[in-house]
Amino acid sequence: MGRLRSLLIPGVDKQLLVRDAVKTMPDLARRRFIAGGASFGALTMLTGCDVSNSFSAEEMLKKVSKFNDGVQALMFNPDALAPTFPESAITKPFPFNAYYEIDDAPEIDGKDWKLEVTGLVENKKSWTLEELYKLPQVKQVTRHICVEGWSAIGSWTGTPLRDFLKLVGADTRAKYCWFQCADREGYNSPLDMRTALHPQTQMTFKFGDEILPRAYGFPMKIRVPTKLGFKNPKYVVSMEVTNDYKGGYWEDQGYNSFSGS
Amino acid sequence: MSSLTASDEHSIPAARKTVIQPAWVRLVHWINAVAIILMIMSGWQVYNASPLFKFSFPPSVTLGGWLGGALLWHFGAMWLLMVNGLIYLTLGFATGRFARKLLPISPSGVLADTKAALTGKLSHDDLSKYNQVQKLLYTGIIIVGVLIVLSGLSIWKPVQLQWLTALFGGYDIARYVHFVCMAAIVAFMVIHVALAVLVPKSLRAMIIGR
Repeated sequence: MGRLRSLLIPGVDKQLLVRDAVKTMPDLARRRFIAGGASFGALTMLTGCDVSNSFSAEEMLKKVSKFNDGVQALMFNPDALAPTFPESAITKPFPFNAYYEIDDAPEIDGKDWKLEVTGLVENKKSWTLEELYKLPQVKQVTRHICVEGWSAIGSWTGTPLRDFLKLVGADTRAKYCWFQCADREGYNSPLDMRTALHPQTQMTFKFGDEILPRAYGFPMKIRVPTKLGFKNPKYVVSMEVTNDYKGGYWEDQGYNSFSGS
Repeated sequence: MSSLTASDEHSIPAARKTVIQPAWVRLVHWINAVAIILMIMSGWQVYNASPLFKFSFPPSVTLGGWLGGALLWHFGAMWLLMVNGLIYLTLGFATGRFARKLLPISPSGVLADTKAALTGKLSHDDLSKYNQVQKLLYTGIIIVGVLIVLSGLSIWKPVQLQWLTALFGGYDIARYVHFVCMAAIVAFMVIHVALAVLVPKSLRAMIIGR
């Protein structure tokens, strides 16, 4: 205790100091800081004792979440198709959803855009939109389910990702396809290879038979009807085939990484 | 508290030393209590991310701080709830406890005991025997417990367990079923805890067995 006291600077208000320090933390760190505090506050209330080693609870929950990744991988049936719906069931208007307002969504010029393909693939060439549009496309009407709980049915048309992986000579024994996006904070998300090879996992170029609008991820999104919405990246700019788990925008903040439906 | 306990003991026949609640019932009961509270509080936080109705739960009664934290709690505590629940159901059937304690239930019996309860004439002398209202509520809450787990699984895995989701009438309806089951459990808990406080010897039986 005496040692701690000697660390304090005389004449400096401790609370003001903490407030200033919190202000300098980046938004993400601040959010997690607050989130952690809130859950341990609740735990303290529940048990009636102070959880001084509070971060062990968070660590334990993260371990359970990893365990849940494994359970979901076991439950995942590569041949089970997500239910499909008639066109009349399509949700209109289909909601725009992101961690920013629609005005802040990436505005991509289709003529300049290229899809970079890297990692464990034979052909590392970048693809223009014109080249990708020439690939065979299929349409699906499936339910998009958000991690928040709401769902909406949409119509997506594009090239099955597994066909593209074959085309570029991807090592499909690799663990992940890792997607990077054009969103301002650098959205990214890993997709496990078994899901990437699922017949309904799609490089999407059209929504409702029209060129994918900016709101839904122009020029390309990855539609994964066997995953929650945040595992369906929009405004994709690169795909890396890799054995390394590189994390993701939401995954790093605590959403379960597998998040299968 | 001690005077209360003393007067309770007075009403129990001194010769009777039989265990009212066996150890396994007490253990699964309290594990279930912890699990269900964690599930409800984290579930309320998850609900707040996309409310089904025109209200949200105040942050002071939710767990997790934000959606991601709440989901970690919800998908952690679900194992406690499911494993403990399966042990309870297995032992409940295997030991014959369900058949012995919860059956038979008759509409006329429930009506008569409800009337007796409301007029203050229902006896609590023998805690090892449930009255008709208890039988109905305990059987009902077991069924609700099974339904809330199944509807939860169907929301969690609407593709892999799509037959289950279809059984609930689809993903959107399954969310409402899950919510209504939660509301039923909360209502049950309010009555259950109130009655345990009104009849403290029943609470004692669930702690020390007698």
